[in-house]
Amino acid sequence: MACNGTGCQSGGCYKDNAGDEEEKLSTEKKLNGDNCGDGNHTRHQTLCFKCKASEATIFTGGEGGSRFCADCFRSNLYGKFKLAVTSHAMISPTDKVLVAFSGGTSSRVALQFVSEMQLKSQKNFDATAIRDRSLPVFGVGVAFIDESEIHPIITSTDFNQSIENIKEMVSNLSPPKKNLHLVPISNIYSTKTSDGKDKLKNLINTVNDATGKEDLVTHLRMLSLQKIAIENGYTKLVLGSCTSRIACHVLSATVKGQGYSLAADIQYADARWEVPVVLPLRDCLIQELNILCTLDRLETVEVFNNSCSGINGLVSSFVKLLQEENASRECTIVRTAGKLTPFPFNKIPETNTNDADMASQRRHKKFNLKPIESLPPESFCPICNSPMNAGSFDNSQTTPEHFTAACCSSCRYQILPEDRSSMDDFYSFLPESVITRAKDGNQKWIRERIQDCLILDEDEV
Amino acid sequence: MEGTHGGEKTKSRLCSICNQRRPALRRPKTLEQICRECFYVVFEDEIHSVIVNNKLFKPGERIAIGASGGKDSTVLAYVMSELNRRHKYGLDLFLLSVDEGITGYRDDSLETVKRNEIQYGLPLKVVSYKDLYGWTMDEIVKMIGLKNNCTFCGVFRRQALDRGAALLKVDKLATGHNADDIAETVLLNILRGDIARLSRCTSIITGEDGPIPRCKPFKYTYEKEIVTYAYFKKLDYFSTECIYSPNAYRGFAREFIKDLERIRPRAILDIIKSGEDFRIAPSTKMPEQGTCQRCGYISSQKWCKACVLLEGLNRGLPKLGIGRTRGVVNPKDDQVKSKPCGSLDF
Repeated sequence: MACNGTGCQSGGCYKDNAGDEEEKLSTEKKLNGDNCGDGNHTRHQTLCFKCKASEATIFTGGEGGSRFCADCFRSNLYGKFKLAVTSHAMISPTDKVLVAFSGGTSSRVALQFVSEMQLKSQKNFDATAIRDRSLPVFGVGVAFIDESEIHPIITSTDFNQSIENIKEMVSNLSPPKKNLHLVPISNIYSTKTSDGKDKLKNLINTVNDATGKEDLVTHLRMLSLQKIAIENGYTKLVLGSCTSRIACHVLSATVKGQGYSLAADIQYADARWEVPVVLPLRDCLIQELNILCTLDRLETVEVFNNSCSGINGLVSSFVKLLQEENASRECTIVRTAGKLTPFPFNKIPETNTNDADMASQRRHKKFNLKPIESLPPESFCPICNSPMNAGSFDNSQTTPEHFTAACCSSCRYQILPEDRSSMDDFYSFLPESVITRAKDGNQKWIRERIQDCLILDEDEV
Repeated sequence: MEGTHGGEKTKSRLCSICNQRRPALRRPKTLEQICRECFYVVFEDEIHSVIVNNKLFKPGERIAIGASGGKDSTVLAYVMSELNRRHKYGLDLFLLSVDEGITGYRDDSLETVKRNEIQYGLPLKVVSYKDLYGWTMDEIVKMIGLKNNCTFCGVFRRQALDRGAALLKVDKLATGHNADDIAETVLLNILRGDIARLSRCTSIITGEDGPIPRCKPFKYTYEKEIVTYAYFKKLDYFSTECIYSPNAYRGFAREFIKDLERIRPRAILDIIKSGEDFRIAPSTKMPEQGTCQRCGYISSQKWCKACVLLEGLNRGLPKLGIGRTRGVVNPKDDQVKSKPCGSLDF
């Protein structure tokens, strides 16, 4: 019985422990090759688990937590990144990839790994350039969203210094040269209106709930990244979300009543956005990323005070506590959520096969791409873009009331203002793209599914 | 700050529901300031509509209420008998208690249940571990110590309740699990990676394929409101923690839920909603259900868990069935004949 208060010693936990153990063993086996017996174990304790030649200087927690020498640690971490990228077709040679950089550890490592991967493929390209049929090299750009408009705490000299640091860091990345897009978050408003900055401030200020405010900024940031990607012809958006971050999201989404849509947010790929979002660091712990940053002196820049408050703050300190008590807890949380059924958009859509793609497909091991057999969701929340399981709304009209009805219950509670006049204000401050999203609903998805049987008029195409 | 979604705007000194009497409490679930009478009404009405909307009971059914003497089950017994009378459910209600044999804890709480029997006029049945299994929890703890003792108690209680319910010939068993308990279980199942339990733990009725279905009329009722209700109604309940359960792990999650509730009371209901909405493939494999070869109780293995644990106790190997060895140990016939757990057919 699951709920009878007998604690973790009951049947389920014992089974689970056994499962954990098995998995741990298999990971360790993978890491160690032919593992030595217990006697040798103690003797080799200071040697790297992987190469068994150098002295181990790095101790990782988490599943299959091991001792590594610096080189093996680096290649192990990069290996996780590369496996995620190749097995989920995250980056193909024809792609132009935009890396979202916040200044923090995770996105710094994402940027580092993506540029390493690009450098390698550039080398391959150069080596095979004499022959034709070589694979093109994917492009990389960096986006930094300037949120100084809504985080007024920082002094402008500090801020300017941070921006200079970011510019320098991007220019110091391995060649080819990467474009840096430094864009204020108010760019989500149409360039035609000059009052975007004020509208944004007002929008945030109409939200009462501290957690709701935080989450709204997160949604707007995504909107902003998407806009940069679309306007500059990027085909993928890389986020640095690591296991620890995702574990927090699993719990906070649960606490906010977003159990249905949760499965959409935590997959390797998420193509519900116009530019598909990929999470290549999904299997890396923040501890590991921190170690790498220290080890390789990767410079991080703390631009905004990103500590969370409210529900998000409670959840992250809870997860931190759990992680201290058991170093594989974050992995377990993400693994549990990984067992939820993903949505059809949680994979990178197959592109038309031209020659280059054929070649890349031969190279890629897309072994994890099982088709996802489930219907597209009824509709998407216009604020957080979460798929929703209930209700279809008459969204042809654009009024605050219809907008409210089109939102998910979580956004309705923590973001939308309660009283009528504040709601009207909130609605008037929303960027155009959010209003359009409310109007369009899931038309795009339905259309995609029935495309082959639609007869389109000339002017409709 | 957060939590302004309740009825805080009403600065007046009147109950925000009836607008007549002085408020006596701030309702934990909504933060509305309401009077005692209105609190009784909303509290009872909510439970009534949960019962009706989920079709928990049918007229004429015999229902056992799992009664431990604690706050949840005492309030459940009280409210159930009230609602049964008021809304003419037509139910035959019984109290069912399990005597684990814990001196200084269960003996005292059983006294409370016995008083409840008289106060609410509900017939009481007590089943004891000693009678069913030949062991009291005191004896078990003496043998195995304070580690894993809750495993024994939990497994034994589950079966004891089913056996007691069979003796009473009831159709269903109602338990006092409240919203906090369920939210906590949802979180724990995520933390443990137990997807099968995660998909089941929010069901309001469970075990419909088993011998006796169980239901949780307090699924959406906050623990704080239950305590408040018992306090205002001056209900007679026993409020001591079990002396053998210093359980830190559940404590973690419990504390977290209390923190959440402090800044957003709605969080508890949201966790339950998430638990109900999780997209879990129906194909998630469930163990095939059979019956225990020894005692006839439902079991997915050759022997049910209680028999495995009992065998360990009787053979002086209490680690049997606990820990990391999966599967059932092979029972040999030439072992010491032990008392099988109960002799009821299901």
